[in-house]
Amino acid sequence: MDYSNLRRQIFSMKKSLFDQGYLDEQFNQLEELQDDSSPNFVEEVVALFFKDSSRLLTNIEQALEKYPQDFYRLDSLVHQFKGSGSSIGALRMKNECSMFKAHCSDRNLEGCRRSLQKMKREHATLKQKLETYFQLLRQVGPRERAVNSWK
Amino acid sequence: MAMATETPFHVLAVDDSLPDRKLIERLLKTSSFQVTTVDSGSKALEFLGIHGEDSSPPVPVHADQLEVAVNLIITDYCMPGMTGYDLLKKIKQESTSLRDIPVVIMSSENIPSRINRCLEEGADEFFLKPVRLSDMSKLKPHILKSRCKEHYHQEQHQQSDSNSNECSNPTNSSSSDKSISRKRKAEDNGEVLPQKNRSRRS
Repeated sequence: MDYSNLRRQIFSMKKSLFDQGYLDEQFNQLEELQDDSSPNFVEEVVALFFKDSSRLLTNIEQALEKYPQDFYRLDSLVHQFKGSGSSIGALRMKNECSMFKAHCSDRNLEGCRRSLQKMKREHATLKQKLETYFQLLRQVGPRERAVNSWK
Repeated sequence: MAMATETPFHVLAVDDSLPDRKLIERLLKTSSFQVTTVDSGSKALEFLGIHGEDSSPPVPVHADQLEVAVNLIITDYCMPGMTGYDLLKKIKQESTSLRDIPVVIMSSENIPSRINRCLEEGADEFFLKPVRLSDMSKLKPHILKSRCKEHYHQEQHQQSDSNSNECSNPTNSSSSDKSISRKRKAEDNGEVLPQKNRSRRS
Protein backbone atom coordinates (compact mmCIF):
# COMPACT_ATOMS: atom_id res chain seq x y z
CA MET A 1 0.00 0.00 0.00
CA ASP A 2 1.31 3.43 -0.86
CA TYR A 3 1.50 5.53 2.24
CA SER A 4 3.24 8.50 0.66
CA ASN A 5 0.14 10.75 0.57
CA LEU A 6 -0.79 9.81 4.08
CA ARG A 7 2.75 10.41 5.28
CA ARG A 8 2.76 13.81 3.60
CA GLN A 9 -0.48 14.67 5.38
CA ILE A 10 0.86 13.47 8.71
CA PHE A 11 4.11 15.36 8.21
CA SER A 12 2.33 18.53 7.23
CA MET A 13 -0.09 18.33 10.16
CA LYS A 14 2.71 17.79 12.61
CA LYS A 15 4.73 20.63 11.12
CA SER A 16 1.77 22.96 11.46
CA LEU A 17 1.23 21.94 15.10
CA PHE A 18 4.83 22.91 15.78
CA ASP A 19 4.80 26.06 13.64
CA GLN A 20 1.66 27.34 15.33
CA GLY A 21 3.18 26.66 18.75
CA TYR A 22 0.75 23.99 19.89
CA LEU A 23 3.57 21.53 20.42
CA ASP A 24 7.23 21.76 21.29
CA GLU A 25 10.33 19.55 21.23
CA GLN A 26 9.06 17.44 24.12
CA PHE A 27 6.49 15.91 21.77
CA ASN A 28 9.35 14.67 19.60
CA GLN A 29 10.92 13.17 22.71
CA LEU A 30 7.70 11.22 23.28
CA GLU A 31 7.71 9.94 19.70
CA GLU A 32 11.29 8.77 20.14
CA LEU A 33 10.16 6.63 23.05
CA GLN A 34 7.61 4.83 20.91
CA ASP A 35 8.71 1.55 19.37
CA ASP A 36 7.52 -1.97 18.64
CA SER A 37 7.39 -2.81 22.35
CA SER A 38 5.24 0.24 23.05
CA PRO A 39 3.63 1.09 19.69
CA ASN A 40 0.89 3.38 21.06
CA PHE A 41 2.88 5.12 23.73
CA VAL A 42 2.37 8.68 22.52
CA GLU A 43 -1.36 8.32 22.06
CA GLU A 44 -1.63 6.64 25.48
CA VAL A 45 0.29 9.25 27.39
CA VAL A 46 -1.56 12.06 25.60
CA ALA A 47 -4.89 10.39 26.48
CA LEU A 48 -3.79 10.24 30.13
CA PHE A 49 -2.92 13.92 29.97
CA PHE A 50 -6.34 14.89 28.64
CA LYS A 51 -8.14 12.75 31.20
CA ASP A 52 -6.06 14.20 34.03
CA SER A 53 -6.22 17.77 32.79
CA SER A 54 -10.00 17.72 32.26
CA ARG A 55 -10.33 16.87 35.92
CA LEU A 56 -7.90 19.65 36.86
CA LEU A 57 -9.77 22.21 34.75
CA THR A 58 -12.98 21.31 36.58
CA ASN A 59 -11.20 21.63 39.93
CA ILE A 60 -9.76 25.02 38.96
CA GLU A 61 -13.18 26.26 37.87
CA GLN A 62 -14.73 25.08 41.13
CA ALA A 63 -11.94 26.61 43.17
CA LEU A 64 -12.42 29.96 41.41
CA GLU A 65 -16.06 29.89 42.45
CA LYS A 66 -15.82 28.45 45.95
CA TYR A 67 -12.49 29.83 47.13
CA PRO A 68 -11.83 32.90 44.99
CA GLN A 69 -9.33 34.38 47.43
CA ASP A 70 -7.34 31.19 47.79
CA PHE A 71 -4.66 31.98 45.23
CA TYR A 72 -2.36 29.42 46.80
CA ARG A 73 -4.83 26.64 46.02
CA LEU A 74 -5.38 27.97 42.49
CA ASP A 75 -1.65 28.22 41.88
CA SER A 76 -1.13 24.69 43.11
CA LEU A 77 -3.82 23.30 40.79
CA VAL A 78 -2.47 25.14 37.77
CA HIS A 79 1.04 24.03 38.68
CA GLN A 80 -0.04 20.43 38.25
CA PHE A 81 -1.71 21.23 34.96
CA LYS A 82 1.34 23.07 33.72
CA GLY A 83 3.64 20.22 34.70
CA SER A 84 1.78 17.50 32.88
CA GLY A 85 1.21 19.77 29.88
CA SER A 86 4.89 20.37 29.66
CA SER A 87 5.55 16.61 29.86
CA ILE A 88 3.64 16.03 26.63
CA GLY A 89 5.00 19.09 24.87
CA ALA A 90 1.79 21.16 25.01
CA LEU A 91 3.49 24.53 24.56
CA ARG A 92 0.51 26.87 24.28
CA MET A 93 -1.13 25.22 27.29
CA LYS A 94 2.05 25.56 29.28
CA ASN A 95 2.32 29.26 28.41
CA GLU A 96 -1.29 29.95 29.32
CA CYS A 97 -0.71 28.21 32.66
CA SER A 98 2.22 30.56 33.27
CA MET A 99 -0.11 33.49 32.63
CA PHE A 100 -2.60 32.08 35.11
CA LYS A 101 0.14 31.66 37.71
CA ALA A 102 1.22 35.27 37.15
CA HIS A 103 -2.36 36.40 37.82
CA CYS A 104 -2.32 34.32 41.02
CA SER A 105 0.86 36.09 42.14
CA ASP A 106 -0.82 39.40 41.50
CA ARG A 107 -3.96 38.18 43.28
CA ASN A 108 -5.83 39.18 40.13
CA LEU A 109 -9.07 37.18 40.22
CA GLU A 110 -10.42 38.59 36.98
CA GLY A 111 -7.13 37.78 35.26
CA CYS A 112 -7.38 34.21 36.57
CA ARG A 113 -10.92 33.88 35.24
CA ARG A 114 -9.91 35.13 31.78
CA SER A 115 -6.91 32.87 31.78
CA LEU A 116 -9.01 29.85 32.68
CA GLN A 117 -11.27 30.50 29.69
CA LYS A 118 -8.21 30.61 27.45
CA MET A 119 -6.87 27.43 28.99
CA LYS A 120 -10.15 25.67 28.33
CA ARG A 121 -10.13 26.79 24.70
CA GLU A 122 -6.51 25.75 24.19
CA HIS A 123 -7.25 22.44 25.85
CA ALA A 124 -10.20 21.71 23.56
CA THR A 125 -8.32 22.81 20.44
CA LEU A 126 -5.24 20.75 21.21
CA LYS A 127 -7.36 17.72 22.01
CA GLN A 128 -9.16 17.96 18.70
CA LYS A 129 -5.99 18.50 16.69
CA LEU A 130 -4.17 15.62 18.34
CA GLU A 131 -7.15 13.31 17.88
CA THR A 132 -7.02 14.08 14.16
CA TYR A 133 -3.27 13.53 14.14
CA PHE A 134 -3.55 10.15 15.85
CA GLN A 135 -6.39 9.14 13.54
CA LEU A 136 -4.11 9.77 10.59
CA LEU A 137 -1.34 7.79 12.25
CA ARG A 138 -3.66 4.88 12.86
CA GLN A 139 -4.29 4.62 9.15
CA VAL A 140 -0.69 3.64 8.68
CA GLY A 141 0.48 0.43 10.32
CA PRO A 142 2.43 0.34 13.58
CA ARG A 143 5.61 -0.36 11.67
CA GLU A 144 5.18 2.84 9.68
CA ARG A 145 4.28 4.77 12.82
CA ALA A 146 7.40 3.66 14.63
CA VAL A 147 9.58 5.07 11.88
CA ASN A 148 10.82 8.53 12.68
CA SER A 149 11.34 9.50 9.10
CA TRP A 150 8.70 12.20 9.13
CA LYS A 151 10.27 14.18 11.94
CA MET B 1 31.66 -7.57 31.07
CA ALA B 2 30.52 -9.18 34.31
CA MET B 3 27.17 -7.33 34.07
CA ALA B 4 25.83 -9.39 31.17
CA THR B 5 24.00 -12.05 33.20
CA GLU B 6 22.72 -9.78 36.00
CA THR B 7 19.09 -8.88 36.41
CA PRO B 8 18.29 -5.32 35.35
CA PHE B 9 18.48 -2.58 37.96
CA HIS B 10 15.19 -1.80 39.63
CA VAL B 11 14.02 1.77 39.96
CA LEU B 12 11.18 2.96 42.16
CA ALA B 13 9.56 6.00 40.54
CA VAL B 14 7.32 8.30 42.59
CA ASP B 15 5.04 10.89 40.98
CA ASP B 16 1.48 11.95 41.74
CA SER B 17 0.77 12.88 38.09
CA LEU B 18 -0.52 9.99 36.00
CA PRO B 19 0.86 11.15 32.61
CA ASP B 20 4.22 11.87 34.25
CA ARG B 21 4.29 8.41 35.80
CA LYS B 22 3.69 6.87 32.43
CA LEU B 23 6.44 8.96 30.92
CA ILE B 24 9.06 8.18 33.57
CA GLU B 25 8.15 4.51 33.39
CA ARG B 26 8.69 4.51 29.65
CA LEU B 27 11.95 6.44 29.93
CA LEU B 28 13.25 3.96 32.48
CA LYS B 29 12.10 0.83 30.63
CA THR B 30 13.60 2.13 27.38
CA SER B 31 16.85 2.48 29.31
CA SER B 32 16.64 -1.18 30.42
CA PHE B 33 15.57 -0.58 33.99
CA GLN B 34 12.96 -2.60 35.77
CA VAL B 35 10.36 -0.13 37.09
CA THR B 36 7.83 0.15 39.88
CA THR B 37 5.75 3.33 39.95
CA VAL B 38 3.81 4.68 42.92
CA ASP B 39 1.74 7.83 43.18
CA SER B 40 2.84 9.11 46.59
CA GLY B 41 5.70 9.34 49.05
CA SER B 42 3.80 7.28 51.60
CA LYS B 43 3.28 4.47 49.09
CA ALA B 44 6.99 4.63 48.31
CA LEU B 45 7.84 4.23 51.99
CA GLU B 46 5.39 1.35 52.22
CA PHE B 47 7.04 -0.32 49.24
CA LEU B 48 10.43 0.11 50.86
CA GLY B 49 9.12 -1.34 54.12
CA ILE B 50 9.68 1.92 56.00
CA HIS B 51 6.86 2.59 58.39
CA GLY B 52 5.31 5.93 59.22
CA GLU B 53 5.84 7.82 62.47
CA ASP B 54 2.66 6.48 63.98
CA SER B 55 3.64 2.80 63.79
CA SER B 56 7.08 1.62 64.72
CA PRO B 57 8.37 -1.39 62.78
CA PRO B 58 9.21 -4.52 64.76
CA VAL B 59 12.57 -4.82 62.96
CA PRO B 60 14.32 -2.29 60.72
CA VAL B 61 14.18 -3.36 57.07
CA HIS B 62 17.45 -3.72 55.23
CA ALA B 63 17.76 -3.02 51.54
CA ASP B 64 18.69 -6.64 50.85
CA GLN B 65 15.64 -7.90 52.71
CA LEU B 66 13.23 -6.21 50.30
CA GLU B 67 11.42 -8.78 48.21
CA VAL B 68 12.56 -6.95 45.15
CA ALA B 69 15.70 -4.91 45.69
CA VAL B 70 15.39 -1.24 44.85
CA ASN B 71 18.54 0.14 43.27
CA LEU B 72 17.45 3.75 42.83
CA ILE B 73 14.55 5.99 43.77
CA ILE B 74 13.44 8.79 41.48
CA THR B 75 10.80 11.11 42.83
CA ASP B 76 8.90 14.22 41.88
CA TYR B 77 9.48 17.14 44.23
CA CYS B 78 5.99 18.69 44.31
CA MET B 79 3.51 16.14 45.58
CA PRO B 80 0.55 16.63 47.91
CA GLY B 81 1.06 15.42 51.48
CA MET B 82 4.66 14.21 51.43
CA THR B 83 6.91 16.10 49.05
CA GLY B 84 9.86 14.47 47.32
CA TYR B 85 12.08 16.33 49.75
CA ASP B 86 10.18 14.86 52.73
CA LEU B 87 10.55 11.41 51.20
CA LEU B 88 14.26 11.96 50.67
CA LYS B 89 14.69 12.99 54.31
CA LYS B 90 12.81 9.94 55.57
CA ILE B 91 14.96 7.62 53.49
CA LYS B 92 18.20 9.26 54.59
CA GLN B 93 17.12 9.05 58.24
CA GLU B 94 16.96 5.27 58.01
CA SER B 95 19.40 3.39 60.15
CA THR B 96 19.64 0.59 57.60
CA SER B 97 21.24 0.30 54.18
CA LEU B 98 18.00 1.68 52.70
CA ARG B 99 19.51 5.11 53.27
CA ASP B 100 22.25 4.24 50.78
CA ILE B 101 19.81 3.79 47.91
CA PRO B 102 20.53 6.68 45.54
CA VAL B 103 17.69 9.21 45.31
CA VAL B 104 17.03 11.47 42.34
CA ILE B 105 14.64 14.40 42.59
CA MET B 106 12.64 15.71 39.61
CA SER B 107 11.04 19.12 39.47
CA SER B 108 9.45 21.31 36.84
CA GLU B 109 10.84 24.37 38.63
CA ASN B 110 14.45 25.48 38.43
CA ILE B 111 14.89 26.93 41.91
CA PRO B 112 18.55 26.89 43.00
CA SER B 113 17.75 26.97 46.74
CA ARG B 114 15.46 23.97 46.27
CA ILE B 115 18.13 22.11 44.29
CA ASN B 116 20.77 22.88 46.92
CA ARG B 117 18.51 21.81 49.75
CA CYS B 118 17.88 18.45 48.09
CA LEU B 119 21.54 17.84 47.29
CA GLU B 120 22.53 18.79 50.83
CA GLU B 121 19.97 16.36 52.22
CA GLY B 122 21.64 13.60 50.22
CA ALA B 123 19.94 13.54 46.82
CA ASP B 124 22.35 12.27 44.19
CA GLU B 125 20.91 14.10 41.24
CA PHE B 126 18.31 16.69 40.38
CA PHE B 127 16.47 16.53 37.05
CA LEU B 128 14.48 19.37 35.58
CA LYS B 129 11.19 18.21 34.11
CA PRO B 130 10.31 17.21 31.53
CA VAL B 131 12.84 14.45 32.03
CA ARG B 132 14.51 13.30 28.83
CA LEU B 133 16.00 10.06 27.61
CA SER B 134 19.48 11.59 27.84
CA ASP B 135 18.94 12.07 31.61
CA MET B 136 18.59 8.30 32.05
CA SER B 137 22.26 7.71 31.37
CA LYS B 138 23.06 9.62 34.57
CA LEU B 139 21.33 7.02 36.75
CA LYS B 140 23.51 3.96 36.40
CA PRO B 141 26.72 5.59 37.73
CA HIS B 142 24.89 6.40 40.98
CA ILE B 143 23.64 2.83 41.29
CA LEU B 144 27.07 1.38 40.64
CA LYS B 145 28.68 3.79 43.08
CA SER B 146 26.28 2.84 45.87
CA ARG B 147 26.83 -0.85 45.16
CA CYS B 148 30.58 -0.34 45.32
CA LYS B 149 30.16 1.31 48.69
CA GLU B 150 27.99 -1.61 49.83
CA HIS B 151 30.56 -4.12 48.66
CA TYR B 152 33.35 -2.17 50.26
CA HIS B 153 31.62 -2.11 53.63
CA GLN B 154 30.50 -5.71 53.53
CA GLU B 155 33.38 -7.43 51.85
CA GLN B 156 36.36 -5.21 52.39
CA HIS B 157 38.86 -8.02 52.29
CA GLN B 158 37.01 -10.24 49.86
CA GLN B 159 36.51 -7.91 46.89
CA SER B 160 36.99 -9.83 43.67
CA ASP B 161 38.68 -8.42 40.57
CA SER B 162 35.34 -8.25 38.76
CA ASN B 163 33.92 -5.99 41.51
CA SER B 164 36.82 -3.59 41.33
CA ASN B 165 36.56 -3.45 37.53
CA GLU B 166 32.87 -2.67 37.89
CA CYS B 167 33.67 0.11 40.32
CA SER B 168 36.67 1.91 38.90
CA ASN B 169 35.20 3.54 35.80
CA PRO B 170 31.80 4.62 37.15
CA THR B 171 33.34 6.09 40.31
CA ASN B 172 35.59 8.33 38.25
CA SER B 173 32.90 9.49 35.86
CA SER B 174 30.00 9.76 38.29
CA SER B 175 31.60 12.25 40.69
CA SER B 176 32.58 14.54 37.83
CA ASP B 177 29.23 13.98 36.12
CA LYS B 178 27.52 14.84 39.38
CA SER B 179 29.44 18.03 39.92
CA ILE B 180 28.93 19.02 36.29
CA SER B 181 25.21 18.38 36.37
CA ARG B 182 24.80 20.17 39.70
CA LYS B 183 26.75 23.12 38.43
CA ARG B 184 24.87 23.18 35.16
CA LYS B 185 21.54 23.30 36.93
CA ALA B 186 22.57 26.08 39.28
CA GLU B 187 24.81 28.08 36.96
CA ASP B 188 21.84 28.65 34.69
CA ASN B 189 20.79 31.13 37.35
CA GLY B 190 24.25 32.40 38.17
CA GLU B 191 24.31 30.70 41.55
CA VAL B 192 27.41 29.29 43.19
CA LEU B 193 26.95 25.91 44.83
CA PRO B 194 28.29 25.02 48.26
CA GLN B 195 30.59 22.00 48.45
CA LYS B 196 28.43 18.94 48.91
CA ASN B 197 29.13 17.00 52.06
CA ARG B 198 29.13 13.38 50.97
CA SER B 199 29.46 11.77 54.38
CA ARG B 200 26.36 9.90 55.48
CA ARG B 201 24.93 10.10 58.95
CA SER B 202 26.15 7.15 61.00
